[in-house]
Amino acid sequence: MAAVLLIESAMKFAIAVFSAAHAPSSRRALLFAQAALAGGHEIVRLFFYQDGVYNASDAVVTPQDETDLPKQWRTFITEQNLDGVVCIAAALRRGVLNTEEAGRYQRDAVAVSAPWELSGLGQLHDAVQDADRLICFGGA
Amino acid sequence: MAKSLLIISRQSPWSGPGAREALDIVLAGGAFDLPIGLLFLDDGVLQLAAGQNARALQQKDLSANLQALPMFGVEELFYCVDSASARGLGDRSLDEAQPLAAAQITALIDRYDQVITL
Repeated sequence: MAAVLLIESAMKFAIAVFSAAHAPSSRRALLFAQAALAGGHEIVRLFFYQDGVYNASDAVVTPQDETDLPKQWRTFITEQNLDGVVCIAAALRRGVLNTEEAGRYQRDAVAVSAPWELSGLGQLHDAVQDADRLICFGGA
Repeated sequence: MAKSLLIISRQSPWSGPGAREALDIVLAGGAFDLPIGLLFLDDGVLQLAAGQNARALQQKDLSANLQALPMFGVEELFYCVDSASARGLGDRSLDEAQPLAAAQITALIDRYDQVITL
């Protein structure tokens, strides 16, 4: 009975993160995403915008006795095979580049790699259209 | 039918990239022909202040982008009158933006499928 109810109420979530990796709201975003999947729901896309792009940065070094959120995101997205999209314009502005962009702008610093993907704001709108609910973390 | 999206812009124009990045979501939505609304709330109403001098701050002017919104197919523009009067906002740019009282904003948010506050 419970399983049937779960399936009937299953939702498609789009999740947008606007705060940096060290912000409590970013930690809540990951906890929400994990709980959504555990509850039988679907995540159509995780979209990282504004300072949220820092969640995708390999260059973040977290003190050993603190939660390493970028690492947890990476593990979660890889294991669950999710679509983790980082806004390319917001990432460029903040120096969070993948190999392709570092090459394009002749920079030595590469901070993003798979499973993360750099793409445009169209991916946010696309996720909004596809999802039943958009859940935002770390906005103003 | 496409889902509608309301962007609530709460950042002052020169406090960081927040105002511009909120506007970029709106412009991208307009480019995709999506039903999109923009509400200026709290410090966000300062984006509408007339006679801003962005160059003095070595910034790029945002108001030209705001003026272009109707051309990008974004016609649902609103601002909170309570926020504006609390900040002594006099002359405004963007005549197209409709004034809303706090009580009307609840109804506005209700009208949209999804909301992003930045």
